Amino acid sequence: MNRTLRLLGVAAFLVAVFVVVPLLISVTGRKDVYYTLTSVALLSIASAGVWLTFYIGRINMGQGAFALMGAYVTAVLVNHYGVAFWWTLPAAGLFCAVASLLIGLPILRLRGVYFAMVSLVLTEVTRLLALALPVTEGAKGITNIPLPGAISLFGLTIVPDFATLENPRIAFYYLAATLMVLCFAGMYRLVHSRIGHICMSLQQNEELASSIGVNIVHLRLIAFAISSFLGGISGATFAAVTQSVYPSSFTVTDSVNFMLNCFLGGLGYVFGPMLGTLTLYFGWNLLFQTGEFQLLIYSSLMIILMLVLPNGLLSLGEGRRKG
Amino acid sequence: MDTILQVRELTRRFGGLTAVNNVSFDVREREILSVIGPNGAGKSTLFKLIASFLKPTSGEVLYRGERISGLAPHIAARKGVVRTFQETTIFRNMTVRENVIVAHHLRSRASLLGFFVGTGTAREDERAFGASADEILDFLNLTELANEKARNLPHGHLRALGIAIGLATDPAVLLLDEPFAGMNHDETHKAVAMVRRLRERGLTVLLVEHDMPAVMKISDRIVVINFGQKIAEGTPVDIQNNDRVIEAYLGAEDEAIGL
Ligand SMILES: Nc1ncnc2c1ncn2[C@@H]1O[C@H](COP(=O)(O)OP(=O)(O)OP(=O)(O)O)[C@@H](O)[C@H]1O
Ligand SMILES: [Mg+2]
Repeated sequence: MNRTLRLLGVAAFLVAVFVVVPLLISVTGRKDVYYTLTSVALLSIASAGVWLTFYIGRINMGQGAFALMGAYVTAVLVNHYGVAFWWTLPAAGLFCAVASLLIGLPILRLRGVYFAMVSLVLTEVTRLLALALPVTEGAKGITNIPLPGAISLFGLTIVPDFATLENPRIAFYYLAATLMVLCFAGMYRLVHSRIGHICMSLQQNEELASSIGVNIVHLRLIAFAISSFLGGISGATFAAVTQSVYPSSFTVTDSVNFMLNCFLGGLGYVFGPMLGTLTLYFGWNLLFQTGEFQLLIYSSLMIILMLVLPNGLLSLGEGRRKG
Repeated sequence: MDTILQVRELTRRFGGLTAVNNVSFDVREREILSVIGPNGAGKSTLFKLIASFLKPTSGEVLYRGERISGLAPHIAARKGVVRTFQETTIFRNMTVRENVIVAHHLRSRASLLGFFVGTGTAREDERAFGASADEILDFLNLTELANEKARNLPHGHLRALGIAIGLATDPAVLLLDEPFAGMNHDETHKAVAMVRRLRERGLTVLLVEHDMPAVMKISDRIVVINFGQKIAEGTPVDIQNNDRVIEAYLGAEDEAIGL
């Protein structure tokens, strides 16, 4: 693709996210949409992580576990230890990354459906742990998490205290959108650098990858850690947005949805998880009016979509592009 | 000539089956050494042991005096011992050129993080890999197919691509498992010339091959394996006249294999 065209696309996207959307919302007065879009942005970050594990050839249904862990890290640090939310955000990501290294070491050896099953179980185990551990306060969860405070640098307030804002939802929208942009910029760079090619070699043939000298165990762990880091960041921000976290905040259903988001958007495209999340989230809500048929129609549509577009929604644009 | 590889009393069992049984031989620097034997004799298993894809049940493989068996494939590759696969094994969904470029992994001086942020070293690496890949593609007559998706290549070229991937790792010892399989007379002829040129590049080549005329033509020495055991070792002439080989392996087939 043409370089200028690509830059224009990025600029258009940024303007849409940071200017056009807020403008439209203020014109129409639909302030509730902020919450919806914040959720989409955060879920797409978690999905991006799942996408990266797909990229090294693993079907990851454990992202719900890391989102939940991240949410609890933030909730516990903020409520029990009085740490500022802004510090807990990277802490949650790092906690999940380290946890994923310990978990990944034994389970990343598994392939295909075996890895998928174990990672699915991981989500459930994490939920049960959250129910059982004293620090997570069982089924009643951790509530009344204070809103993020101000960030100031050299006496200059860069981010205002969310509690002083008239509508913190707008601030959360900007936060989530910024995180999403950073996440996908990073992913784009990763995939289009040499690392992306090495990951791809792993996805296509692990034996051959190791015969050309790739330390496949190492690389799998790195990819899984990045994935879980993103899951943790996503979950932690969710905890701040909803000001609460429960063992059921992220469940097996969420893990499955993260994966479906990737499928739907297209596993071959970095921005697939973003588009997939947006489509699924809005699609699901649109079907709300169909009442008891919601799940049925939703599932049928998913099946049809995957049959018609096995390479995801973004493959629709493939004809114009080359390679 | 110096010894580059020493195979020492190598044994590998799969359950009750001894696929490789107490095999020892030396490989000299810049030698073309063929391993032959009937189907299921243990040749591929032997290669996997040498390239550290399998751990030996007992025995060891020394590369320039250093043990490389039982470690891990990427470590053996880093030291300079690389194998190609009996089944054509390539990165199917990459182009031919991308296949070869990615295989330069061991030559990178930049770290993964360096490639992510795009440091000067990383950019130099990428330039160097591109140039080297083009040279290798040219060497193996694959230049015209450089931008073709690997999965679309005809069979003969797939083998060549497998070797190109091996070459990109800059090995000292390259193990080729049946490189001429499925080739017609002409293609084999060219491939034999290509293996000779590998040696001219300074490589030591081990190959497993069933195509006897090609083996006899190309090899400096031959190791014969039957039921996991080494039954003979020597020059092509020695092997052709070795009674044990004729008895155990060649037998009545000697006409079929062009002796
Ligand atoms: N992973 C494995 N598990 C169990 N048995 C194996 C394994 N790999 C090889 N074998 C057995 O070991 C023996 C030697 O196999 P190997 O592939 O080394 O033979 P080969 O000489 O390469 O044969 P061919 O000429 O057909 O390629 C065979 O009997 C095979 O069935
Ligand atoms: Mg074999």
